[in-house]
Amino acid sequence: MSKHTLSVLVENKPGVLARIAGLFSRRGFNIDSLAVGPTEHPEVSRMTIVVNVEELPLEQVTKQLNKLVEVIKIVELEGPGSVTRELLLVKVKADADTRGQVLETVQLFRAKVVDVATDAVTVEVTGSAEKLEAFLRVLEPFGVRELVQSGMVAIGRGGRSITDRTLRPVPVPAPPAAV
Amino acid sequence: MSEQATGSPATEAVTGAQSLIRALECAGAENVFGIPGGAILPAYDPLYDSTRLRHILVRHEQGAGHAAQGYAAATGKVGVCMATSGPGATNLVTPIADAYMDSVPLVAVTGQVASSAIGTDAFQEADIRGITMPITKHNFLVTDPAEIPRIIAEAFHIASTGRPGPVLVDVSKDALQAQTTFAWPTEINLPGYRPVTRPHAKQVREAAKLILEARRPVLYVGGGVIRAGAAKELRVLAEMTGMPVVTTLMARGAFPDSHPQHLGMPGMHGTVAAVAGLQRSDLIISLGARFDDRVTGNLDSFAPHAKVVHADIDPAEIGKNRHADVPIVGDCREVIADLVVALQAEADAGNQGDFEAWVEFLSGVKAKYPLGYDTPADGSLAPQYVLERLGKIAGPDSIYVAGVGQHQMWATHFIGYENPNTWINSGGLGTMGFSVPAAMGAKVGRPDTTVWSIDGDGCFQMTNQELATCALEGIPIKVAIINNESLGMVRQWQTLFYNQRYSNTDLQSKRIPDFVKLAEAYGCVGLACDSPADVDATITKAMEIDDVPVVVDFRVHRDAMVWPMVAAGTSNDDIKFARDMAPVFDEDDI
Repeated sequence: MSKHTLSVLVENKPGVLARIAGLFSRRGFNIDSLAVGPTEHPEVSRMTIVVNVEELPLEQVTKQLNKLVEVIKIVELEGPGSVTRELLLVKVKADADTRGQVLETVQLFRAKVVDVATDAVTVEVTGSAEKLEAFLRVLEPFGVRELVQSGMVAIGRGGRSITDRTLRPVPVPAPPAAV
Repeated sequence: MSEQATGSPATEAVTGAQSLIRALECAGAENVFGIPGGAILPAYDPLYDSTRLRHILVRHEQGAGHAAQGYAAATGKVGVCMATSGPGATNLVTPIADAYMDSVPLVAVTGQVASSAIGTDAFQEADIRGITMPITKHNFLVTDPAEIPRIIAEAFHIASTGRPGPVLVDVSKDALQAQTTFAWPTEINLPGYRPVTRPHAKQVREAAKLILEARRPVLYVGGGVIRAGAAKELRVLAEMTGMPVVTTLMARGAFPDSHPQHLGMPGMHGTVAAVAGLQRSDLIISLGARFDDRVTGNLDSFAPHAKVVHADIDPAEIGKNRHADVPIVGDCREVIADLVVALQAEADAGNQGDFEAWVEFLSGVKAKYPLGYDTPADGSLAPQYVLERLGKIAGPDSIYVAGVGQHQMWATHFIGYENPNTWINSGGLGTMGFSVPAAMGAKVGRPDTTVWSIDGDGCFQMTNQELATCALEGIPIKVAIINNESLGMVRQWQTLFYNQRYSNTDLQSKRIPDFVKLAEAYGCVGLACDSPADVDATITKAMEIDDVPVVVDFRVHRDAMVWPMVAAGTSNDDIKFARDMAPVFDEDDI
């Protein structure tokens, strides 16, 4: 198995997330991570889906996704040609003894403290999955009280855009005579 | 409303319900099969006045769905069914799933509770859009009446283009009741829906090259050839090359059964020649077929030496089950026409395939292992004989609509099909109860054609209430019940694989119900036949009655089995043409 990152442009319509999630589950494909949000076109949403499959099933995934009427385009973003980011919010134990060390770690990873309590700090960090993993490994000895992590978002490098689209309407057959 | 229904095409003030009916008319619908109920009730008011739409009031929504399927399969047009919210809509689930599996163009319109009540577990509320997501090509929930014309136009477009399929349009009651304007759209925007119909020229040339290089090619013809209306093109391709042809359960009639190049149906109950042909081929040219498990048997041992040219309008079918050496995405009619042109160009340049030894080998197999059956020693009726005679007497211009089970397999083998769209059945989903309502729909679509429902006694008891619809609406179908008083196919498996322990397959339908009386109760003519000597006369009598539906109870021998057979999960090499009888091939002949 190997991880693949798919950028999926979909029509921004109710139910489209259910369609995609349902497709993955009924065809037996596992989603590692899924993130969805708006794009520069208000009528288009973008999903970043990380799947863990072999090459052949991946082809089925994309073909089946492409069959969904509301799926406009699918692009696989490959490692070096793209930038991938995840967001992590983590609540770490930080009392008088450990606070200094925790803050040092935060700085090292170019993370940010977003909330402070007497016995804990909440830290925000973005980065690749590897960076977040490393950050958590270092924080763990201090005591992780709670964490929440976003799905991965990804974008291709370079000047080209995958959201450039041509929207050609389809003519509707004329109604039968004298309707 | 009648004035509005036939008024000018410009924008006009209407209710959502009027807009829906106008939209269905503009989309070209002529027949709607359905049942009214609370949430869809507003739509039934303008429907009452429509002169364009004939509404056929069925007795169960499942019947409405299968009728719309039968109508679509017989005519190639989009079938339309209508139901109310909740149970009305969920009763459509089986036909929708069936249409999805067999690529039938279908638009199902359902009423939904008012938008303010959606999500509150209101009376007769069911999330039918959510329920049907996995079994529709696409579906819509409409709560804004202004969207009705556009969505109906999109629904018909999606259902009928590309790989056809079912589309559900769920309309909330308040959207039907609200005031809105109606204008039929001249164009629609579906940025994510662009079916490819033109095959890639390079792929077609590659396919032609493989055909010329092959020594043992087979044309593996699926339902896509029927849906694409490509039977004529197929015949040209087959005859110009001499390649043997197999037609799947969904493609019966796409190539004449009487044609010498036709090996019959492949698969679990396929002919020995069709199964052996695919198994021993060095090239499979798949046209609108999908390497279904009922065709391939154990996939790893299926046609081990064959390269594959796979043409389908649905890219997701290509390479799904079997690797394709040459994938071709496109409409079957265009693919076959282009292949003919490419092969003709090669022939003009002096390049032709050499399939002589192969054709000779398969002709030998076909002659040695023809379809056959045993005549019961006790003089009782063989089901295969009934179907053989029915095919002869009703002829290849009639439409035959089967249920699911043994009778379906006998019907596919023994009727004899010469024309496309004359064989209609539930292939992918295997829906018992499909036959009677689907035959009703086919008869509505093709009123001048004789339509025979071929049903089992088990299947028939699932949906026979539509006989009332047929009798009252003047839809004179004919039903041949192949009554072996059992769930016959299940019983066959119990005979073969469960030590003849007949758990819950005995229906006792030679005793209860009395099918002749049941037919009469429904305003049909009821006939019965239990002797081979009476078969011809009974069928002829049924053929002579054309003003009311006819039901014939053919009381057949209950132990008849469907042969040939490849046991589930085993290799096609292990085909048996009768119990414990495996064909013997002289491999040196190939």
